[in-house]
Amino acid sequence: MKTYNFKPKSRIRDFIVEKFIMLNALTALIVILLIFIFIFKESIPIFTSHKVQQEASLDKLILKQQYYEGREPKWSWQPNSDVPKYSLLPLFLGTLKAAIVAMLFSVPLAVGAAIYSSEFAPRKIREFIKPVIELLAGIPSVVLGFFALIVLASILQSLFGFTYRLNAINAGIALGIAIIPIIFTIAEDAMTSVPQSLREAAMALGANPWQISFTVVLPAALPGIAAGIVLGFGRAIGETMIVLMASGNAAIISGGFTESIRTLSATIAAELAEVVFGSAHYNVLFFIGTLLFVFTFLVNLGGELVLNRLKERLQGRSR
Amino acid sequence: MKKSLIAVMLLASFGLASAANITIKGSDTLVRLGQRWAEEYMKTHPDAVIQVSGGGTGTGIAALINGTTDICEASRDMKEKEYEDARAKGIDPYRVAVALDGIAVFSHESNPVKELTLDQLKGIYTGEITNWKQVGGESHAIILYGRENNSGTYAYFKEHVLKNEDYVENTQTLPGTAAVVNAVSKDKFGIGYGGIAWGKGVKHLDVKKEAESAGVAPSIETVTNGTYPISRELYWFFNGQPQGDLRALLNWTLSPEGQEIAEEVDYIPLPKEMAEKNQVK
Repeated sequence: MKTYNFKPKSRIRDFIVEKFIMLNALTALIVILLIFIFIFKESIPIFTSHKVQQEASLDKLILKQQYYEGREPKWSWQPNSDVPKYSLLPLFLGTLKAAIVAMLFSVPLAVGAAIYSSEFAPRKIREFIKPVIELLAGIPSVVLGFFALIVLASILQSLFGFTYRLNAINAGIALGIAIIPIIFTIAEDAMTSVPQSLREAAMALGANPWQISFTVVLPAALPGIAAGIVLGFGRAIGETMIVLMASGNAAIISGGFTESIRTLSATIAAELAEVVFGSAHYNVLFFIGTLLFVFTFLVNLGGELVLNRLKERLQGRSR
Repeated sequence: MKKSLIAVMLLASFGLASAANITIKGSDTLVRLGQRWAEEYMKTHPDAVIQVSGGGTGTGIAALINGTTDICEASRDMKEKEYEDARAKGIDPYRVAVALDGIAVFSHESNPVKELTLDQLKGIYTGEITNWKQVGGESHAIILYGRENNSGTYAYFKEHVLKNEDYVENTQTLPGTAAVVNAVSKDKFGIGYGGIAWGKGVKHLDVKKEAESAGVAPSIETVTNGTYPISRELYWFFNGQPQGDLRALLNWTLSPEGQEIAEEVDYIPLPKEMAEKNQVK
């Protein structure tokens, strides 16, 4: 039989190894910080450079502009025009529309699946369903985007008769498929970590499985489900490849979901590669990057905070 | 010791004697082709150093006039004013066509519209014409597809067909000609554009220069003989007839080997006789 002895002399080695892995952990933090600084730095000329501001000052990015004499003022994203137009509003609207559709599609599916998997499914089925749904997260987004561009768009068009094949609904559903595993995993974990004692207490009071799930487990796990939804929303905002391929990328201002959209992330992906270095267009794209970064960072931070709170509460550590 | 000294001297003199430093500047449409040519040329001519940059045809022509570039890549001829400016500065622009370029207009195979005039195309892509009925088709909205605004095709179509007006906002822009072709092949009322080498599963529309002229189908032949209206010659401008290293480079790009590279990156090679004629003997 093999024996292990932990001699005190290995403490120095422990110390070194510990500091080394701490450094590994810090790397991620430093990288995030450096990325943010770099992206933000490249967008600063929008606030400081007079030359850039002539094309793209903050109010030009947000407010309605009259670009040609005698024509209606409007919001327009046409960076490669004789009169470059950098309104971010159509892009914001597009991002929001895609995310809304994605949430409407994925939240009921993912939460429903989580309830079934944690509360109703026999063990064998559960052990099959969970990894399969989580496998969805492993599909590269470019594959999902391609699927939406070629297959999903045609199916949706023949079902609903959309005028525009590539539209907010098509992109949103493809996005929804990508975020189902995020919401499902977190919601399912939240529900399974609701203490058995709560379920047993409800059962003792004569509640049936439905009543237990919906009046006891679901409310107790609600913060976790909410966190999953928030994290899924963060992904929907930042996801790029799917919307680049499936949304049609037309920057229009309209309330309709059956028209094409152009999102912030897809705009960066499509235009950054060949933009003239140091031009107003370049700075605006980095400004969009900064906005996306800050927004998804805050959303993810919020989600994680809620999740931690829930863990503490369920384990009875808080208060 | 002595030997190595000689080797160093030899190397140095070799470097001094034959370092051909060539700068190429201009058209963003041509910059990709210029870079490929430079890479391949430097592989077989290790002593040549070629720097290629874009910035636009206008930038390139200005650089040629100011004497800051050896070769100007241009997707159009120089304007009369530019020729005058050049001559005033003692520059004698020497123009050589190095490749051809053509853009096809795609529609769905079932679409009865067979041909469009350049004016109609402009109307469609600027949003003045919105229904196929206005150009002789069924009564249905025209669904517009185009390229992303970083693409040379986008810029060329905008400049050449839209006369530099903006694309209408509901033009769906897709990454790559392949995606445009695919979308149009699935959209009964779609229209799109892209390099003429593309087009499996979609119909190539005939394009008419004027309302009364005959429609011309896009093909390597019609682009080569200049009858297809959305096509153009792509030029290199030199200061005077190129000599020495510049001549060697030009003649290589016009050789079958150079023209094959043009075809690889989706341009249309010059007809053989023309390529040979354009070489500087």
